[in-house]
Amino acid sequence: MAEANSEDLKQTPLYERHVTAGGRIVPFGGYALPVQYPSGIMAEHKWTREQAGLFDVSHMGPSFLSLNAPSGDPEADHAAIAAVIEPLICGDIAGLKPGQMRYTLLLNEKGGTIDDLMVGRLPDDPGTLYVVVNAGTKENDFALIAAGAGDKATLRRADDGGLLALQGPEAVDVMAALVPDATQLGFMQVREFEWNGVPITISRSGYTGEDGFEILMPGHMAVALWDELLADPRVKPIGLGARDSLRLEAGLPLYGHDLDETVSPIEAELGFAVSKRRREAADFPGATRILAERDGKLSRRRVGLIVGGAPAREGAEILDASGAAIGVVTSGGFAPSLGKAIALGFVPPDHAAIGNKLQVSVRGRAQPAEIVPTPFVPHRYFRKSA
Amino acid sequence: MTTKFTPDHEYIRIEGTTGVVGITNYAQEQLGDIVFVELPSVGKVLKKGDEAAVVESVKAASEIYAPVSGTVTEVNDALTGEPGLVNNDPENGGWMFKIAIDDAGELDKLLDDAGYADLTK
Repeated sequence: MAEANSEDLKQTPLYERHVTAGGRIVPFGGYALPVQYPSGIMAEHKWTREQAGLFDVSHMGPSFLSLNAPSGDPEADHAAIAAVIEPLICGDIAGLKPGQMRYTLLLNEKGGTIDDLMVGRLPDDPGTLYVVVNAGTKENDFALIAAGAGDKATLRRADDGGLLALQGPEAVDVMAALVPDATQLGFMQVREFEWNGVPITISRSGYTGEDGFEILMPGHMAVALWDELLADPRVKPIGLGARDSLRLEAGLPLYGHDLDETVSPIEAELGFAVSKRRREAADFPGATRILAERDGKLSRRRVGLIVGGAPAREGAEILDASGAAIGVVTSGGFAPSLGKAIALGFVPPDHAAIGNKLQVSVRGRAQPAEIVPTPFVPHRYFRKSA
Repeated sequence: MTTKFTPDHEYIRIEGTTGVVGITNYAQEQLGDIVFVELPSVGKVLKKGDEAAVVESVKAASEIYAPVSGTVTEVNDALTGEPGLVNNDPENGGWMFKIAIDDAGELDKLLDDAGYADLTK
């Protein structure tokens, strides 16, 4: 129940709105943000699954990486900007179609994860990538990307703006009234639009498992856009608490918890983020380890667990049936949609089979835990067939 | 019937030599939706300040401490199936355990209504 000390914390352009709405402000990634509003985490979580939730994610790290000397040929310029960022990550950026966005990982030389991020190819701005990194890691990420860019490209931070996530089954109908053209985007597509005469960048993406959008706008427009979205009765503001329970149900890893500098994409069950072309070329940081792990030389794997009894939180030991410690919980809590405790954690591959019955240690007592497939709650993304 | 309070937001309602323990309305508001309550076993001997129970919200676990020394005589099993009673009715249906009070003198050191109201102003 510790109260946030607001000193030294940065504020997003929506800070006053959060306070006025009765948000309980806590420190998160160096920012003062609402963990919940008066209706509470459970109600906010369920509202997002049933209607549309609005999240202030302005603390994150949106940016644009642009070629310094574009040729004017869109394909050549895309290939050139992809070549700037690809040495740092494991995703195929050269292969992105205009308007396509990809989830990828910044890796260190040992194949550990420096951050997870989104990289998109802006269709109306050849030679420019939209890059969104996590709040807690953004200073280091931006420095790495800028260093990699050298004199070929320039990274322009956009984290002084507003970044909103509109998530839930009603999000698309809400968007239809705000920026109708944005409803044409499919899952993991991005484009620049105009709203009230200002440029805004909209992607069909999010971290709740629901259909929805992430909207980047200049800081001075953030309050107006927030207010307009909330004027729709289907939209309610949602705090960090429900954001975490939603992403946990969706089985999505959170950097600093389920991912860190020691965890590889294969261990984290993010093998899909290691693109085929990059695998075949083995031209990404830590390729030796990551490709060996992909071939089966793996010591731990991320799994989903349904926990019987009290929630097993981050740091709880995972035990085998005989009580021997075999792993650790990296995210855990209560799943409001399921009415059960769930967790993500790492165990050796020979314990990782679906249906395997393990235990977790909570306050010194062993409780039952079973390995289940993730996502815990099915994703409901709006995928467009190509 | 007298109710006393700790600075950690437990209440103890005194019924003869027994105390009924739970958390205050203020505490449940701060914690948010309670999803799990871990109760002590009947017969457990507690010293004042010992961890007696745990309440889990969606986000976090919080310890509940014994407001006085004594022995647990009864627990509220209804909370196992319906932990939300702690939110909806903290001072009646949401009670957690009853304790046979060792030393009534310890009650004098707890906050009364006015003292607790001051604390949560």
